[in-house]
Amino acid sequence: MLSKSLITEFENICGKNGVMTAEVDRQNYSYDAAVLDPVSPAAVVRPGSTEEIGKVLALCNENGVPVTVRGAGSNLSGGTIPMKEGIVLLTNRMNRILEINEADMYARVEPGVVTAALAAEVAGKGLFYPPDPGSQAVSTIAGNVAENAGGLRGLKYGVTKDYVMGVEFFSAQGDLVTSGAKTVKCVTGYNLAGLMTASEGTLGVFSEITLKLIPPPKASKAMMAIYDTVEDATQTVAAIIADKIVPCTLELMDNFTINAVEDFAKVGLPRDAKALLLIEVDGHPGEVAEDGARLEEICKKMGARKIQVAQNEAEKEKVWEARRAALSALARLKPTLVLEDATVPRSKIPAMVSAIEGLAKKYDLSIGTFGHAGDGNLHPTILTDRRDTAQWHKVEQCVSDLFDAALNLGGTLSGEHGIGIAKAGFMKNEVGQSSIDFSRTMKAAIDPNTILNPGKIIGM
Amino acid sequence: MSDLNALAKCLKDIENQLTDCMKCGMCQAVCPVFKETGDEGDVARGKIFLLERLSQELLTDAKGAKARIEKCLMCGTCAANCPSGVKILEIFLKARAALTEYLGLSPVKKLIFRGMLKHPERMDTLVTAASRFQNLGTSKADPALGTRCSTLLSNIIGERHFLPLAKKPFHKICTSLDTPAGKSGLRVAFFPGCVTDKMNPEIGEAVLRVLNHHGVGIFMPKGQACCGIPALASGEQHTFNSLLSHNVDLFEAGDFDYLITPCATCTATIKEIWPMMAPENSKARYRAGQWAEKTMDISQFLVDVLNVAPAGADKAAVKQVTYHDPCHLEKSLGVSRQPRQLIKASADCELVEMAGANTCCGNGGSFNLQNYSLSKSIGMKKRDSILATGAGVVATSCPACMMQIRDMLSQNHDKVTVKHVIQVYAETLE
Repeated sequence: MLSKSLITEFENICGKNGVMTAEVDRQNYSYDAAVLDPVSPAAVVRPGSTEEIGKVLALCNENGVPVTVRGAGSNLSGGTIPMKEGIVLLTNRMNRILEINEADMYARVEPGVVTAALAAEVAGKGLFYPPDPGSQAVSTIAGNVAENAGGLRGLKYGVTKDYVMGVEFFSAQGDLVTSGAKTVKCVTGYNLAGLMTASEGTLGVFSEITLKLIPPPKASKAMMAIYDTVEDATQTVAAIIADKIVPCTLELMDNFTINAVEDFAKVGLPRDAKALLLIEVDGHPGEVAEDGARLEEICKKMGARKIQVAQNEAEKEKVWEARRAALSALARLKPTLVLEDATVPRSKIPAMVSAIEGLAKKYDLSIGTFGHAGDGNLHPTILTDRRDTAQWHKVEQCVSDLFDAALNLGGTLSGEHGIGIAKAGFMKNEVGQSSIDFSRTMKAAIDPNTILNPGKIIGM
Repeated sequence: MSDLNALAKCLKDIENQLTDCMKCGMCQAVCPVFKETGDEGDVARGKIFLLERLSQELLTDAKGAKARIEKCLMCGTCAANCPSGVKILEIFLKARAALTEYLGLSPVKKLIFRGMLKHPERMDTLVTAASRFQNLGTSKADPALGTRCSTLLSNIIGERHFLPLAKKPFHKICTSLDTPAGKSGLRVAFFPGCVTDKMNPEIGEAVLRVLNHHGVGIFMPKGQACCGIPALASGEQHTFNSLLSHNVDLFEAGDFDYLITPCATCTATIKEIWPMMAPENSKARYRAGQWAEKTMDISQFLVDVLNVAPAGADKAAVKQVTYHDPCHLEKSLGVSRQPRQLIKASADCELVEMAGANTCCGNGGSFNLQNYSLSKSIGMKKRDSILATGAGVVATSCPACMMQIRDMLSQNHDKVTVKHVIQVYAETLE
């Protein structure tokens, strides 16, 4: 519990409305979107300005109060689950887009700006902010940067880190630190903006972020290729990449997911297909036409039973409706849904898909596999009921095996959801003890009182 | 805490439904209240989490949780957009009933629900009496909209601009009806609803006029009670049960092909909430189940059943009308095309869409009473969208939305008339 005087000091900084201590409020900030146990913080503090963030941090540092920053709480790895003796620092009062600069193509935003709101605002000015995590309708920019969020366009356009030009953040001591610039090129000092990206709130608290914008593509073309074997579909992914074509989106859906989507959304998918590829290319109209035709050839050659090319916007919308419905459709089948994001090099997609199929059989679990095949980032989705202890134990073992499979194929634990507390225990398998030690040494120097999101990524 | 255990038992009923929520937080993107407050306790995910904790006896402050769970417009936008298909409204209604059972009803609500609403005749007498004295201490707010405000009553009603109670409620203008099917060959049961009856009898009159015009027989039994949603939303299941069985007895006495109402909330309640919340194995549940299929909003009936179609290209549109989608019609029942068709079918009207026509107006029944400033800030956004269309008339399909929109427009002396879609249509009939 926090002392009364400390609560008063928080109130002096953020106002009475900016501090919540009631049991219900604390419980409401005890969880995020990860399937993990909730932990109620001692208080929820809601700064309304940059200065207030600094003062709150300084106060926490002096008193050894752990701070977990939270935007929308859509985190899938437990990165926003707080400590019971700590506070949740809520950023959603700071949600202004400070500047959209068309001449120099960047945007400056406060941490709590919702990603989709920024993307829409940017599009309104004829520009493009490509990162599109599935949670973008609610997730905040600072959360995206802190987790290095990905999305459907990762294959061609990269992920959040590829758009971070500069950051302003507060250190554990409450000092304002800036890094990066509004210029395309900048090599002034350590790349702290890079260090802060994917730091999951363990190294500092963002107060302002400068993001790169790009011109939007002039044309696009979408298609759906239908396969009788998963092998053919995954080999097609490898063949497309080998042919040096980079679609903006290249998504895979397995038979289990196809049927779940059909039961739920009835978009007219072939129920008997073993796999689908949803492909979109964009860019200059000439290039789109050429790549589109070549893609059809490759899909056919690799054994696609049928290829449906969207003839207009409405048909294109239908292709993507099917993909967007995947998670919802699977979510309706069982109470608990474990959405994994272990990722492999793209050429290893066929091997990863068969490894997942093997694990589903081994543990007798329902696993729907869909995801960003083009960038190797699959989402094997395990359907279960967490209340069934025996089955939950199997799920945990299955997930552990899944990580091993990805690492054995030269992959990674997390393509886009982050490590948080969900995968902190597995870090060593991927990066080795010396990497963890290096990270811990750095963290100890930056945050000697261990107040910034303790326990995340590198453990305690 | 044996007491908490009792509450947990009451919530066991909905425990399975609670686990369907995967905590993705996507409800944040669409919740009108969360948009204003940014508080997790105001969005479905947060409320469902609190209920989970209560059902597991891991939260001790039941009263605090109840306050959070009641701070909801019940607009159903979250449910309509929930990836997991969580039955959010059903959960909230059942939870409110369980929490009210456990914590008891406030004395004021007890008086309103058990003392008045539960007894339709007593309610009618009271309202008639009130209508005679209502202008005492109030003054005209906006003559064009016919609203009034009251400094004397500001402690109770705040700065609201409201329409006075009707001088003659609808049930006095037309006590009951039992007419045979006309040229349409159809007979409908007509449920006007409380707000139409007591505040906007002209809506009821418009319905009658339209039904007569189309040769539809009407069964409107005398002594109808409230549909029960205000009681249920406050967790007062007893009053709801009693109102429901009262209405069921009245309506089962007649033959009808459809049951129609001019109120989005009444329609959604009769169609979905009656069968969902009626006591198990009761006559009410059986009848409600039978009627659910037949229950329709008036516009839906006219367009889908009677095939009222937009007027031809030769019509000279002189009036611009914009349409607000009531949540209970659009989100709960998926009815949005038909009211628009009806406006287009009205001889001299042109439909102009407003931005965000389907976003909640912020009324939310008792939400408006308990959270007026929040309700108002949501409502003012609706007002801005209405004004941006330049239309002289805003039409909708819910008398409660009309009340809220009228308040917002009146406070700014905007020159926009608020009408029910059926009034717009009725006015253009020969």
